[in-house]
Amino acid sequence: MSRFRVQGKGRVRHDAPVGFTFDGRAYDGLRGDTVASALLANGVHLMGRSFKYHRPRGPVCAGTEEPNALVGTSRDGGAKGGRFEPNTRATAQELRQGLTVESQNRLPSLKFDVGAVNDRLYMLFSAGFYYKTFMWPRSFWDRVYEPVIRAAAGLGKAPDTVDPDRYASRYLHTDVLVVGAGPAGLTAALAAARSGAEVTLVDEHAEMGGALLSDPGVGIDGMPAWDWIAAQLDELDRLGVRRMTRTTAIGYYHQNMVGLCERLTDHLDTLPDDAPRERMWRVRAGHVVLAQGALEKPLVFDGNDRPGVMLAGAAQTYLNRYGVRVGDLAVVVTSHDSAWHAAFDLADAGTRIAAIVDTRASVRADLTEAAARRGIRVLASHTVTATWGRLRVKSVRVAPVRDGKVQGGYRIDCDCLLMCGGWTPSLHLFSHTKGTLRWDDVQQAFLPDRSVEACQIAGAGRGLWGYEAALRDGIAAGNAAAEALGRDAQDSAVLVANDRTGSGVSHKELPTDGDPNRARAFVDFQNDVTAKDIRLAVREGMRSIEHVKRYTTNGMATDQGKMSNVNGLMIASDAVGKAPPQVGLTTFRPPYTPTTFGTFAGYHRGGQFEVTRKTPIDAWAEAHGAAFEPVSLWRRAWYFPQAGEDMHAAVARECLATRRSVGIFDASTLGKIEVSGPDAVEFMNRMYTNPWTKLGIGRCRYGVLLGEDGYIRDDGVIGRLRDDLFHVTTTTGGAARVLAMMEDYLQTEWPDLDVWLTSTTEQWATVALNGPDARKVLAPLVEGQDMSAEALPHMSVAECTVAGIPARLFRLSFTGELGFEINVPARHGLRLWEALMQAGADYDICPYGTETMHVLRAEKGFIIVGQDTDGTVAPDDANLGWAIGKAKTDFVGMRSLRRPDLVAKGRKQLVGLLTEDGAVRLEEGAQIVADPDQPKPMKMLGHVTSSYSSATLGRSIAMALIEGGRDMDGQIVHVPMPDGVHKARITSTNFYDPEGERLKV
Amino acid sequence: MLLIHCPYCDETLPELEFAYAGEAHIDRPADPASLSDEEWRDYLFIRSNVKGTHAERWRHIHGCARFFNALRDTVSDEFITTYPAGQARPDLTIKEAAE
Ligand SMILES: [Zn+2]
Repeated sequence: MSRFRVQGKGRVRHDAPVGFTFDGRAYDGLRGDTVASALLANGVHLMGRSFKYHRPRGPVCAGTEEPNALVGTSRDGGAKGGRFEPNTRATAQELRQGLTVESQNRLPSLKFDVGAVNDRLYMLFSAGFYYKTFMWPRSFWDRVYEPVIRAAAGLGKAPDTVDPDRYASRYLHTDVLVVGAGPAGLTAALAAARSGAEVTLVDEHAEMGGALLSDPGVGIDGMPAWDWIAAQLDELDRLGVRRMTRTTAIGYYHQNMVGLCERLTDHLDTLPDDAPRERMWRVRAGHVVLAQGALEKPLVFDGNDRPGVMLAGAAQTYLNRYGVRVGDLAVVVTSHDSAWHAAFDLADAGTRIAAIVDTRASVRADLTEAAARRGIRVLASHTVTATWGRLRVKSVRVAPVRDGKVQGGYRIDCDCLLMCGGWTPSLHLFSHTKGTLRWDDVQQAFLPDRSVEACQIAGAGRGLWGYEAALRDGIAAGNAAAEALGRDAQDSAVLVANDRTGSGVSHKELPTDGDPNRARAFVDFQNDVTAKDIRLAVREGMRSIEHVKRYTTNGMATDQGKMSNVNGLMIASDAVGKAPPQVGLTTFRPPYTPTTFGTFAGYHRGGQFEVTRKTPIDAWAEAHGAAFEPVSLWRRAWYFPQAGEDMHAAVARECLATRRSVGIFDASTLGKIEVSGPDAVEFMNRMYTNPWTKLGIGRCRYGVLLGEDGYIRDDGVIGRLRDDLFHVTTTTGGAARVLAMMEDYLQTEWPDLDVWLTSTTEQWATVALNGPDARKVLAPLVEGQDMSAEALPHMSVAECTVAGIPARLFRLSFTGELGFEINVPARHGLRLWEALMQAGADYDICPYGTETMHVLRAEKGFIIVGQDTDGTVAPDDANLGWAIGKAKTDFVGMRSLRRPDLVAKGRKQLVGLLTEDGAVRLEEGAQIVADPDQPKPMKMLGHVTSSYSSATLGRSIAMALIEGGRDMDGQIVHVPMPDGVHKARITSTNFYDPEGERLKV
Repeated sequence: MLLIHCPYCDETLPELEFAYAGEAHIDRPADPASLSDEEWRDYLFIRSNVKGTHAERWRHIHGCARFFNALRDTVSDEFITTYPAGQARPDLTIKEAAE
C-alpha cells in the first residue's frame, strides 16, 4: 500500500490496483486515480520541468486547469509506439493499466536537468525577452538564435507516428444544456427536467458531483453529500436526462451552439474494437445553463512554484476524492476561509498542520476555534516571503505584517505548502459568446453581466459561495430555463447541513521584506511569468492588460491563464495605478481546454478528408497503370507510363504518338453548363466577351468570361445546338464558380431573362481524339452525321450516335491537330472509350494524360486559365483581344477594359520564351530580369507561367508574362534559377504549326 | 455556427448551407459604358464596411440555390432579417416601432 494513501478514504477502489510507469519506473495506483493522485500517493510531487527556466515542478491543482504537471502518455509502450500524446495533464488523465508516463522538458533526467541553467540566467529571460534578446547581431540569427529557439520551442515533443485512432462527430439538439455537474449544475438539470424539458448534462470529469466529491462531510436534505449525489443522478436518469461525463464544453458559439469534446477511450485499460477515441458534439440548445464553478487562485510569493506547493483545494480533493494525503507536514497559507476546511480535513486524516498562515488580521471565530480544537497554530496577519527545497519544498519563511510593514520572519519546516488566494468564477464559455463581465470590488473578481445568448449562469460561476447558495441558484437557473422555454417550473427547497460557506480577500504579490527584484514569485506557472516580469512590462510602457499579456506571455500558455489572469491583473493594475477594470481583462477564446486535432478533424482525414471525383473512365486508367494528379477535387490520369518509362519519357512518347497518328484523352472533367431558354443568346451575349447572336446552330466558338473588373475568369468552347440551347464548357476547376457567377447575374441583375442554367458536368463523359488519324478512327463508329471536313468543319458540333451511343460530337482542337470531343451520357463513357481504343488499334492509338495535354496545348500557345493567368490578366494581356465582340455595347467586364490601368502601357503580356540552350527547361514561376548584373533588388519584368520539354520540337518551350512583352519580340531576357542564370529569347507563343495547316485534314 | 433564415424556403438552417456573397443593394449600372472611371470604380470596389447593421447578400447554395438579402449586425453577428433579392432594404425603424 502506497505510503500516502489513506485506507478507506476517497472514491478510488482500494481493492483494485492499477499498474503504470513513470519515467520507466513501475508504480501502483488505484482504479479511480488520476496520474497525479497515483504519483502523489507514492510520495512523488516532482512531475515536470517548467517551460522557460526548467524549474522542478509538481501539480498545483487537481483539475484540467493544471499548468505544471504536464506529461507525455502512451498506450503501446513508450513514445515510439502509436498513441503518444504530449502535454497530457497528469491531474486529468485517469489511470489505466499499463499506462506509460514520461516527464517533459528535462535533459537528461527529471531530477538533474542541464536546461535548468536558464534558471540561473533568469535576468536574461525577463519580460519581453523574446523581443529584446534575439534582435542582433544579424549574423547570430541563423547560427545561434534559430537553432536554440527551435530546440527549446514548444512544450513536450510531438508524436512522430500517424495517430491510429478514429474520431467521431455528432450533432445534438436539446432543450436545455447544463454545463458542469457540480451542485448547481445537478439541481439546474433536475429542475429543468422536472418541468418536462429535454435536458443534457455534461461534465468534464469521470463522475458527476463537482466540488461535492471533495466535500463528503456536507449534508444535503438529510443525506451525506455523496448519497445525495447518487440520488440526484438516479432521478436524472429516470427523467431521461442525457448525462455525459468526460465531456468538456470547449466552445460556446452563436445562437446557443456549444461544442463538446467527449473522451471515450483514454481511461480504458484496453481499447474496444473500432471505438472512436473522442467525439465532437455540436449541440444546439434552446437554453444553456453554465454551472462551471470557480477556480482557486494561487498566492504570489517567492518560491511559490516548488514541488509540494499546491492549492489548498487541490490537497482537499486529493484527500477526499482520491484518498491521498499530499504530505505529512503541511503549512497552509491563505487569504480565504476555504483553505481552513482543507486544513481541518487533512489534520483529521493524519497530516500534521504546522501552521495556518492567514494574510487577514481577523478570521471567523468558528474557524479559529476549530483550529484550536485540533491544536493547529494560527498565524493571522502574516505573509510568506520565501520557500526552500530543491526538488520538494522543505521549509517556508513566514513573517507578521503590522500596518503594512513586514516584521522579522522565521522558518517553518514542512513537506507541503497549501495556498489559497481566493476563487475566480469560471466564465470562459460565457466570454466566448461576447457575454460582458463586470468587476466586483467586494469579491475582487469579474462576474457575469450582460448575456447575449439564452443563457443562465448558476452557482460559484457567478460569485456565490457555499453549497446551499449554489444548490438554490441551480434550481433557480433550471427553472428560469424551463420558463424561458414555455414550461411550468416548480420551486423546490434544499437544506444543507455543515455547509462550507466563506469569504476572503484578493492580493497582488504577498508583502515581503526581501528584495522584490530577486523574488521568483510566479504568476503564470506554465509560461514562467513572475510578478517582477509584469511590473517590468508596465515600467517599459505596457498599460493595457492585452499588451502586458503579450509582452510577458502571462496567460498565453495552454491553460489560457485560468489561474494566472486575475493575479496578473491585480499586479498590473497596481503597477499602472488604476483599478483592475480600467486595465482590463484579456479575451477568452475557445477551446476551454486543450483539445486534440483529431477531435476537430473528426471523420475528415485520409480518404475522407475531401471527396475524390472520378470520371467514368477512371477505372480503365487505373487498370492501365496511369499515374494520377489531383485537379481541384478530380483525380485525373496524368500520364500512362509503360515499362521502364519515367514521366518525361512517357509524356514524350504520348506527344509524338498523338502528333504522328492519334491520341485519346479523357476530358470528362471539363465543366459543362447548359444554357437554355428563349433568352439564352441574350444571356450569353451579356456574360461572355464574344458575340453569340450570329453563331449558327451546329457551330461552336471559343468563349472568354471576364469578371466585372475586366480580368479573365474562365474560358472554354461553347457550342450552339439549337436557337435556344448552348452547350457551354468551362475549365475543370472553374465549373462551380462559373455556374455560381451565371446564377448570380441571372437571379439578381437580369431576373427578366427567361433562361435556365443546368450543370451537366457529371452527366456527360467526354473523350477527346486528336491527331491526323483521328477521323479515320472515329468515322466508322459514327451514325447520323457526315464526317467529311465540309459537313463537319473545324469548330462545329453535331448530335449523332457514336458506337451506338447518342452523342454530342464537337470538332475542335486544343492540340493543333485534327480534333474531336465526343460527349456521351456518363454511364456509356467507358464503353465509348473502349470502342475508340479498339477502333484505333490499327492506328497505334495512344492514351494520354493531363501532362501531355498541357504540352500539346503549350506548343500551340493555348492558355490555361489559372496557370497562364492569375486574376490580374485582361484579354489583351493574354493575346485574346480578338475574342471580344467589337460591336457589343456591354458584357460583364466590358467597361473595365477602358479602365486607365488596363489601357496603360507596360502591362504584363503573355509571350513565348525560348532558352538559348534548348536542353534547359525553365522553372514555372521563375522571375525574369533584363540585366542579371544590375544591383539588388533587381527589377522583375515578369515570370514564367508554363514551361515544358517539347518532344515534337526537340527543345524546351515556355510562356511568360512580361511587362510590355509583345514589344520585346526577339529580345534576350535573363531568368535566374537555382542552377544559374539562363538566357532566353522572347517569341510568339505559337511554337508549332503557326499557320494551322494541321487542322485542315 | 449561425442559423440563417432562407426567405424562399422559409426555413432557419445552419450556416453550412449558405454562402456569403458580398454587400447588398449594389445594382449593376444599366449602361456601364456611360459611366466615368470614378463612377465605375465606385461600383466595382467601394463598399460601406459598416459597423452595425449591414445589408448583405447570401445564397442558399446547398438548398434552393437562390440569392437573397439579409440585414446583419456586424458587431454581434446577429441576423436581424432576411428578404428576397430585388426587395427594398427593410426600414428597421418601422419594424422597431411595430414591436
Ligand atoms: Zn432556400
